[in-house]
Amino acid sequence: MAEPLMVVESLSKHYPVSEGQYGGRTVGYVKAVDGVSFTIEKGRTLALVGESGCGKTTTARLVLRLRTPTGGTVKLEERDVHQLSGADLKWFRTSVQAVFQDPWASLSPRMRVRDIVAEPLVANHRVSKDEVRERVGVTLEKVGMQRWQGDLYPHEFSGGQRQRVALASALITEPRLLVLDEPVSALDVSVQAQVMNLLKDLQAELGTAFLLISHDLATVRYVADHVAVMYMGSIVESGSVDQIFETPRHPYTRGLFDAALPTHPRNRTEKLEIKGEMPSPLNPPTGCRFRTRCPQVMSICETVPETIEVAQGHRVACHLFTPEWS
Amino acid sequence: MSLDQPMGTVNDVPRTAPVLEVQDLRTYLYTRWGTTKAVDGVSFSLGSGETLGIVGESGSGKSMLALSLVRLTPEPAGKIVGGRVMLNGRNVLDLTDRQMREVRGKEISMILQDPQQSLNPVFSVGDQLAEAIRVHDRDLDDKLIHERSVDALKSVHVPAPERRLKNFPHQMSGGMKQRIVGAMAMAYQPQVLVADEPTTALDVTIQAQYLRLLKDLQERTGVAIIVITHDFGVIAETCDRVAVMYAGRFVEEGPVEQIFDHPRHPYTRALLESRPKVDLKSTRLQSIDGQPPSLIDLPIGCRFAARCAYAIERCLAEYPPWFEITEAHAAACWRSEEVPWPSP
Repeated sequence: MAEPLMVVESLSKHYPVSEGQYGGRTVGYVKAVDGVSFTIEKGRTLALVGESGCGKTTTARLVLRLRTPTGGTVKLEERDVHQLSGADLKWFRTSVQAVFQDPWASLSPRMRVRDIVAEPLVANHRVSKDEVRERVGVTLEKVGMQRWQGDLYPHEFSGGQRQRVALASALITEPRLLVLDEPVSALDVSVQAQVMNLLKDLQAELGTAFLLISHDLATVRYVADHVAVMYMGSIVESGSVDQIFETPRHPYTRGLFDAALPTHPRNRTEKLEIKGEMPSPLNPPTGCRFRTRCPQVMSICETVPETIEVAQGHRVACHLFTPEWS
Repeated sequence: MSLDQPMGTVNDVPRTAPVLEVQDLRTYLYTRWGTTKAVDGVSFSLGSGETLGIVGESGSGKSMLALSLVRLTPEPAGKIVGGRVMLNGRNVLDLTDRQMREVRGKEISMILQDPQQSLNPVFSVGDQLAEAIRVHDRDLDDKLIHERSVDALKSVHVPAPERRLKNFPHQMSGGMKQRIVGAMAMAYQPQVLVADEPTTALDVTIQAQYLRLLKDLQERTGVAIIVITHDFGVIAETCDRVAVMYAGRFVEEGPVEQIFDHPRHPYTRALLESRPKVDLKSTRLQSIDGQPPSLIDLPIGCRFAARCAYAIERCLAEYPPWFEITEAHAAACWRSEEVPWPSP
């Protein structure tokens, strides 16, 4: 097993819900992230998979230090990132960078590409102009662009090229961890492949670890080494990409795969359809949160299931796998 | 084996007489940068109960094609400049705006990608459904309209329809809103339903439910469906026939299995190979280099030639005609015979 880079333990983010004219009374909490634990290994990719509203983006924000957790810790190389201050923050900000879904929204339309790419470097280090120019040039080349393109503005590029610019900007400080929030879902099919291949090449070359946030199972299978499946704020199943894709155990994971569209018309199947929709996070079901939609629901599901290791590194939070039931 | 056919026709045999026949349709957008040939000579026909998938990347003209079929191209930039759209034997392009309003909803309907934008945020679902019904039956009293609305919601499996009628769009999930849009589109049982990226805004599990709903509506009413998408998964799940669109034109058309097994146009093949697969661990994806040409300044020859691995000189000089592969399968490529089949 590779060395851990980031260790997340029982991470939670509960948002208060207030009522009354001035929002004075707190009447409950939305548990956007509720006791999530995972480890990202150096130079590897962990994918967080789930439907919208499952808490995957909130988790990414907590990891990026853009939100303060209400519980739990995020440790980068054994240092709690939410306790950092001063110079240590610069260390964190150069070590962890992000690429977001929509390159039309994430790049400033009024800055030249070279300034966008240089920003994380200039903001965190004292570097000479010559060095900045050189590092921007090298980084642009790394993502498959040309140096002179740094003089252009974002609107002069296509979606795939813009995502390359966002990637260059994230990579210029040579981060150890890159958080990729739906990095290809805003791009065209033929361009998605270019960007995914680039991500894999960069990881092989630079040894950067990725936290990939995605709802697209095919992308995850192609890019990730480890997968964690989230549902309503918790991880219901995690394991290596082969374990999750070859032998999914949790009924929700199996339902997700079943719902995924076939790759060939011959593979149209009767689907083990997940019924209904995700319940309101204001009023989540007691016990296992998936029980209201689960095709294999039992009476014990009204209690919270423990997370059980069903194979080396393959964990499932489901009563079907607790010893007294299986 | 080139055929002397008008550009874009495929010699196919629909299961029944076609309800929709599109011939050499051209829709241009007149912008300050020049004329964009968004739809540039598209022909196809659609039989009742059939599902045709139109697959293409953004900017290929597929949405403009969909809007042209229901005559909702953006004014004043967009104009349908040529061709015919024969719906139940008459050309909808010849109808007056008033006649067209009768046709929309009764004979042809449309579902758009984002249900958030198809519904008015300040009216309740009941009001909006009533409006869709009143357009066609001006004399119905409120009680009948209410009954019709409840039936429409039941047909798309909305639970507790009476209560839903009082809801506003913001009180519903994306999947539920898309069902409401479906109910409005299907309220008068049109013969043709145009669905432009109907599930792109929905989650995976909800997407599966919605595609099944469309299929179920088709089985009950025999509606012919045109699914416009960029996702070959949606095509594989729902379609009988597929047309691949590139830079304003169809470049390949055929039965869904043949397109997946034996694509004859290099673009179709490249698109199929560039998808990662859920059920197979792939080591490297084939990507298509470059970008589609500008629709303002199109090349004389094949529009894909600049990105094509099989391009020869002729491809740059001359636009390829349709080459028939089987009775129902054709590709517009000079080298369609030589394109190898993709690895399984």
